[in-house]
Amino acid sequence: MSALATYPSSPAGTVRDALSDTATMVGRSVRLATRDVDSMITAAVLPVVILLMFTFVFGGAIHVGVGYVQYATPGIILLCAGFGAANTAMAVEQDMSGGMVDRLRSLPMTSWTFVLGHVVASLAKTLMTTAILFGVAVAIGFRPTAGLLGWLGAVGLLLLFVHAIAWAAAFTGLMVRSPDAASGFSFGVMFLPYVSSAFVPVHTMPTWLRGFAEHQPVTPLIEAVRGLLVPGSPGAVTGDRLGSTALLAVVWCLGIALVFAVGAGLAFRRRR
Amino acid sequence: MKDVIVRAEGLRKAYGSGTGRVEVLGGLDLTLHQGEVLALLGPNGAGKTTTVRILSTLLAPDAGTATVAGLDVVRDAHRVRRLVSLTGQQVALDLKQTGLENLTMIARLARTPRREVRGRVAELLDAVGLTDVAGRRVDTYSGGMRRRLDLAAGLVARPRVLFLDEPSTGLDPRSRRSLWDLVRDVVAGGTSLFLTTQYLEEADELADRIALIDGGRVAAEGTADQLKRQVGQARVELDLADPAAALRVRTALAVAGSGDGSLVSVPTDGSVAHVRELLARVEATGVVPASWALREPTLDDVFLTLTGHAAATTQTEEKAA
Ligand SMILES: Nc1ncnc2c1ncn2[C@@H]1O[C@H](COP(=O)(O)OP(=O)(O)OP(=O)(O)O)[C@@H](O)[C@H]1O
Ligand SMILES: [Mg+2]
Repeated sequence: MSALATYPSSPAGTVRDALSDTATMVGRSVRLATRDVDSMITAAVLPVVILLMFTFVFGGAIHVGVGYVQYATPGIILLCAGFGAANTAMAVEQDMSGGMVDRLRSLPMTSWTFVLGHVVASLAKTLMTTAILFGVAVAIGFRPTAGLLGWLGAVGLLLLFVHAIAWAAAFTGLMVRSPDAASGFSFGVMFLPYVSSAFVPVHTMPTWLRGFAEHQPVTPLIEAVRGLLVPGSPGAVTGDRLGSTALLAVVWCLGIALVFAVGAGLAFRRRR
Repeated sequence: MKDVIVRAEGLRKAYGSGTGRVEVLGGLDLTLHQGEVLALLGPNGAGKTTTVRILSTLLAPDAGTATVAGLDVVRDAHRVRRLVSLTGQQVALDLKQTGLENLTMIARLARTPRREVRGRVAELLDAVGLTDVAGRRVDTYSGGMRRRLDLAAGLVARPRVLFLDEPSTGLDPRSRRSLWDLVRDVVAGGTSLFLTTQYLEEADELADRIALIDGGRVAAEGTADQLKRQVGQARVELDLADPAAALRVRTALAVAGSGDGSLVSVPTDGSVAHVRELLARVEATGVVPASWALREPTLDDVFLTLTGHAAATTQTEEKAA
C-alpha cells in the first residue's frame, strides 16, 4: 500500500517555503473570490450604480463648480474599495468558523500566509472592480487631465488605501464570531468616505462634523487623488499643498495597514 | 511493548472564565504506541475534540504535557505538525474548489516534494474512490463524498500519527464500512491512529485499544474484549405479557427473578446455537412473548458499568468556536 505509507520527515521551513505557501494561498483566495459569483457581481455593479445615482440623481442638486462626475468619481472609487474589503472580512470569518483554519494550522505551512492570501486576493479583486468603475466614469464624462506622474501617484495612493482597508477587513474577519458581524464591516468603511470631502465640500457641513471630516484619513486621500488626476478642479489641492496632503494620505494608509496587520497577526495567534 | 508515539500526561483544559468556567479535561493521561489504533470513546461534550485539538497543536492545554514522537506539542508545535495530521469533526474543505484543487492545495502546503504533488493527489483520489468526480466542485458532493475527500486531505502529508475526530458521523452503513476499510489500509501502511468516536461498534472494528473518557479523565482503558467482559455480553430480552408469565420464563431459563415485572433479560454469547436454545426453552413454557430482541452491549452499558452513571451528554452541545 505505497499510497498510504508514511513520508520521512522533511527539513525545516525556508523562505522558499513561505513564498510557495503565499502563492498557494493567494491562488486559493482568488479562485474562491471569482467563484463567488453573487458577491463578485455585487462588488462590480454596486459602485457603478452608486456612481450613476450620484451623477444623475444627486449631482444636479450639489454644486461644486464643475460637472459632478468630475468631483465625485475619486470618492466612489474609494467606496468601491470598501465593498471589496467587506467581502474579505466575510471570507476570513468563514474560514475561521468553518474549520478550514484548523486544517491549515495543523499543517507545517507558514500560517500567516493564510491572511496574506486574503489580502492579496482582495487587492486583485478591487483593482478589477475599480477598472470597471473607472471605465463607466469616463463614459459618462469623467475627464482626468493628469500627466504620467499624476496617474502613477493617484494609482499608487489608491493601491495603498485599498491595501490598508484589506488588512482592516482581514483583522475584522479574525475578530468577529459571526458572518453578520463581518458584514457589518462594510458599514464602517462606507461611513468614512461619506463624511469626508468625497461627495460634498467639507465647508458645507456643520462645524462639529467638519472637524471630523477634515481630520479623517479619507479627506487628504481624496483631495490628493483629485489634485493628481484632475489638477485644478474644485476640491483638488495644488502646488505645495499637494505634496504635503499626499504625504499625509500615505502616512494614514501605511499607519492603518501597519496597525491592522499587526493586529491580524495577534488575533490569528490568539484564537489558538 | 512498541515505542510510544503520543503521550499525554495530566492534561487539563477549561473554557471560559469566572462563573462561566467549565473544566473539560481534568488530568487526562493517554499513550498511543507506534502503529497502534487507539479509540477515545465518550458521549457528546466529554472532551474528545478538545483532547484531539491539544494533541494536534491547535489548542494549548492549561496544564499537563503532551508529546508526539518525543516533541512537545506546545513548544515544538511546528515540528509536531510535520508528523501529525488532523481530520476534524467538521468537514474542512473549500466548497467552491474542486476535489482535485482542494487536495492539490493541501499537498503543497503539506510540503509534498513539488514533482510528487500531482501523483500523490491522483493516488489519494483513487484510494478514496473519488477520481471520477475530482473535477467537480465540492459543493456538488454528497455528505459521504465530502467525508472521504476530507479524510484524503488528512492523508496527503503521509502523517506518522493521524487524528480522526468522529470520522463516520453522518455516513450511511455502507459508506461507514468503506471508510473503515480505508482506515485499516492507512494503518497497515505504518500510520498510528488516534480516533474519537461515540460508537462502541466503531471502536470495536478499528481499535487495538479503547480509552473511555468520563469527567475529563480516562475512566477505563483496554481492548474491546476486555471492556466488554467488564460490561457483560449481549443479552436476549423478552417482553412478556404479565409478571406471572415472566416468572415461569425466568424459572425455565434459570435467571434471577429480580426486578422489572414482565421484562426478562438473559445474558448470551450471541451465537446462533445459544440464542436458539434459549428461545426453545421459552417456547417450551408455552408463554408467547409480546416481543423479544437480541441486544448488544451499547456505549450506555459500557458507561453505566464502568463509570457508574449513564452516558448522558455532559454539557449542552455547543459549536466549538
Ligand atoms: N471554544 C469553546 N468555548 C467554550 N466551551 C467550549 C469550547 N469548545 C468546547 N467547549 C465545551 O467543552 C466541552 C467539551 O467539548 P468537546 O468538543 O471537546 O466535546 P466532544 O467530546 O468532542 O463532544 P462531541 O461528541 O459533541 O463532539 C463541551 O461542553 C463544550 O461545550
Ligand atoms: Mg467532538
